[in-house]
Amino acid sequence: MYAFTFHRPQTLRQAANLLTKNDEAKLLAGGHTLLPTMKLRLAGPPQIVDLSLVEGLAGIEQSGRSITIGAMTRHNDVSNSPVVQQAIPALAKLAGMIGDPAVRHMGTIGGSIANNDPNADYPAACLGLGAIIITNKRRIKADDFFTGMFSTALEPAEIITKVSFPIPKKAAYQKFRNQASRFALVGVFVSKRGSEIRVAVTGAGANGVFRVPSFEEALKKRFSPKSLEGMSIPADGMNSDIHGSAEYRAHLVGVLARRAVAEAIGK
Amino acid sequence: MSVTGIGAAVRRKEDRRFITGKGHYTDDINRPGQTFACFIRSPHAHAKIKNIDVSAASRLPGVAGIFTGAQFAEDKLGSLICGWTVLSKDGSPMKMAPHPALAAGKANCVGDAVAVVLAETLAQAKDAAERVVVDYEPLPAVVDPAKAAAAGAPLIHDVAPNNTIYNWHLGDAEATNAALKNARHVTTLEFINNRLVPNAMEPRAALAEYDAASGSLTLWNATQNPHVARLVISAFVGVAPENKLRVIAPDVGGGFGSKIFIYPEEVVCLWAARKLGRPVKWTAERSESFITDAHGRDHVTKAQMAFDGDGRITALKVHTTANLGAYMSTFSSAVPTFLYATLLSGQYEIPHIYCEVDAVYTNTVPVDAYRGAGRPEATFVVERLVEVGARELGVDPATLRQKNFVKTFPYQTSVASLYDAGDYQASLQKALELHDYKGFARRKRDSERNGKLRGIGFATYIEACGVAPSALVGQLGAGVGLWESAEVRVNPTGSVEVLTGCHQHGQGHETTFAQLVADRLGLSIDQVNILHGDTDIVQFGMGTYGSRSGAVGMSAIVRALDKVEAKAKKIAAHLLEAAEGDIVFKDGKFTVAGTDKSAAWGEVALGAYVAHKFPTSEIEPGLKESAFYDPTNFTFPAGCHICEVEIDPETGDTQVVGWTAVDDFGTVINPMIVEGQVHGGVAQGVGQALLEHTVYDDKGQLVTGSYMDYAMPRADNLPSLQVDTTVTKCPTNPLGIKGCGEAGAIAAPAAVMNAITNALGTELIDMPATPATVWATLQKTHTLPRAA
Repeated sequence: MYAFTFHRPQTLRQAANLLTKNDEAKLLAGGHTLLPTMKLRLAGPPQIVDLSLVEGLAGIEQSGRSITIGAMTRHNDVSNSPVVQQAIPALAKLAGMIGDPAVRHMGTIGGSIANNDPNADYPAACLGLGAIIITNKRRIKADDFFTGMFSTALEPAEIITKVSFPIPKKAAYQKFRNQASRFALVGVFVSKRGSEIRVAVTGAGANGVFRVPSFEEALKKRFSPKSLEGMSIPADGMNSDIHGSAEYRAHLVGVLARRAVAEAIGK
Repeated sequence: MSVTGIGAAVRRKEDRRFITGKGHYTDDINRPGQTFACFIRSPHAHAKIKNIDVSAASRLPGVAGIFTGAQFAEDKLGSLICGWTVLSKDGSPMKMAPHPALAAGKANCVGDAVAVVLAETLAQAKDAAERVVVDYEPLPAVVDPAKAAAAGAPLIHDVAPNNTIYNWHLGDAEATNAALKNARHVTTLEFINNRLVPNAMEPRAALAEYDAASGSLTLWNATQNPHVARLVISAFVGVAPENKLRVIAPDVGGGFGSKIFIYPEEVVCLWAARKLGRPVKWTAERSESFITDAHGRDHVTKAQMAFDGDGRITALKVHTTANLGAYMSTFSSAVPTFLYATLLSGQYEIPHIYCEVDAVYTNTVPVDAYRGAGRPEATFVVERLVEVGARELGVDPATLRQKNFVKTFPYQTSVASLYDAGDYQASLQKALELHDYKGFARRKRDSERNGKLRGIGFATYIEACGVAPSALVGQLGAGVGLWESAEVRVNPTGSVEVLTGCHQHGQGHETTFAQLVADRLGLSIDQVNILHGDTDIVQFGMGTYGSRSGAVGMSAIVRALDKVEAKAKKIAAHLLEAAEGDIVFKDGKFTVAGTDKSAAWGEVALGAYVAHKFPTSEIEPGLKESAFYDPTNFTFPAGCHICEVEIDPETGDTQVVGWTAVDDFGTVINPMIVEGQVHGGVAQGVGQALLEHTVYDDKGQLVTGSYMDYAMPRADNLPSLQVDTTVTKCPTNPLGIKGCGEAGAIAAPAAVMNAITNALGTELIDMPATPATVWATLQKTHTLPRAA
């Protein structure tokens, strides 16, 4: 690790000011991506702005037809939240599938989606549920937020404060793990809320999380795994590495989508 | 059996300190004034080192010294060596290339150390290392062992044309070829035994300190064999004479073979400590472990097994190319030869066997012994062939095995091994019953109803442990003897210290060795301390590997105990005023036969030291004896493992859903520890079969250089294992022990792959059978069943 200056602001404004003043500053949330890369000397930010003392960034609330989760809420708290378990059990389950217990006690939802790792789970939930990402500046639809591998719509000095998830009628997440990292080799989140159907895929795409319009159209007619029978997506644009070819990943998208729908309708 | 004696499932004495964080490892040790070493390693698999510029780095704060391979060469130190000479078919010796601790002139694999920075702090050492400018001229690299000897492949070492270290063989080629020709059926397989990264929990570490006053060096080192390290470093590298070098192996957190070997880093720490006059400390980071710990396996094999019309095996012919990496590591030559081909008869009577092994250099991390070392590779050859042979002949795989089992002992195989004792039928039969083999067809139907493929596979393995006797291994090329030593030191109060040349790094010797002594002397295990791992304390020893500590190390303790008891009886005779021949020692008491006169163990121990009641002209005071035990043969543990898998054909995901292991380890000292060894070994073997994939790209970069890409087995990769034993005692050592440390890792890969290929209906799949590989195999081979 290279030496750095460690800031611990107490308010969001102070945190944003630190980012404005220091171009190369990095926010520290749970640190589960940032710290390992720093330890390996792959990253050496001169300034670290730690969010752990900023008031009001953690917590889970239900209001009307949505659940709002503070950016600094740990995966373990989402996983074990009775509110989330009751309203969006698929989201609680997803949080409980991230990493291992040590990771889940440190990692945060805000950190995960700001990083937008192409194999992370939360981006699939955000896109698959049509979440709103709330920052210190604005509200961003998930559809507009994830702009590519490790890239988001966040501007400099913009800090995620909350994520608001509309409560679906039905939803489920199916994750097929990379056996080494246990990140999603492919993860598929499906949801149905009124007439809105969403199928979001993480892990597979070379540009990060994406939706599958053809699957969504098919499921609009009937929300059943049978609607997806025989359907697949092209291998073009899929990741290909030692853990799986593009063809394999494309195939898994179909398999996991069918299984997710089956799980969502309780079959 | 006493509550803590031989056969008792005593809890491990060492676990209290390990599970409360009180273990004391090399990295926990700090010496006044120590510096920290950061190695500069080649990022290229093969490159000329044209120049190393240390000027900018030297000026950075905290830098105490920077040394390069050229300086190491100037100091005229010796090379690291491979200590086991293997001869080619034509009688020529293996082509051992120089292995300097710091490369000079040329780097031969990614991770090859070319220089070292010493600084006041580790961060300063790393900062300076980044400023050392190495001018490399990259050269073409060769990575694939199958291509290493081909014409036009880049030459790695001048001493080894065609990158070939040796072309070795064992057995009768002519008779084997004739038997293959006359066979009713020949089963042929080609496969890769995948390269593995050892991944001990504690990374390798070294701390070296020089005492200018005495001119001696001390090395704290995460090693499995401190005396061998001292011998090689003094006799071959020449950093210090043997009497001026102390090697201490404190608590060591796992080895699996990877800490047997003498590595460049400890040599450089010693050399630099003397040059600087300050202690030098190095602890590997996990990324460094991946590219510097000797890897395991990496064979490319073609094998044929011949059967007659009755399903009897008539011959086995094997050709293996073994990848030894960029340099020959300490015992690398023996692993694919004497530890491999000598086990190719398996549990079977095979009249003719011929094995050829070509060992090659490649631009990869050196390959050496890793849990099982040659024997998992041999078992994989034999057990895959037998299983596939049974399928091709339409015979039940258990039945075909039974038909071919060695049934009378001793049995001389056609590949030099002389099996001493065993009952292969007993372990197979017990495993079949425990596993409910008969119920497999029903379980398979149940799986099919759920859209899953189910398969079952066997491995009736044999291994050789306690590799010895010394004269034999000497004939085979070993540079050392493979005996073991022990000293039993009885204190005046009757408590005991045992000094052993074995070294524990997970095996539980502090418990099992104490059980042996406690059992023999009628003590509690708390009265027995086991000391090991320090060349200034322990007389000598060959260390721990190859499941030798029980069979060889404990036998040495028994020999020393024999001497202790003999002397104690003499003393007891004087104390009890009886004839020595009338003294009986039992349950910690010396009794005069036929009388009620007795003396407790403690009284005799005290008597030995006060020396009031016996003539010291005839009997020396004190009670301390040592022994060096050299076995007369290897030991041959064997057993039957049955693996059952369930495959999701839609994803290729393979779950191990059932495991039965029935092993014959001879006498078992502590069944709980033995069971733990089987669990760990099976986990490693399942890891090899399903998960662990060491991938180099064509340029020699290690693609799987972290746990993000290298998959280790975890608890949820395994079912609950059914583990049991049968016992035939080893007739050649005093306790009848065979050894248990590697069995699981030896049996498991073959059992898993036999189960997977049974489920898939094709033999064309290599390890690791990852989901992607299994799925791709299914796409090539058959139509999938659909979920109901």
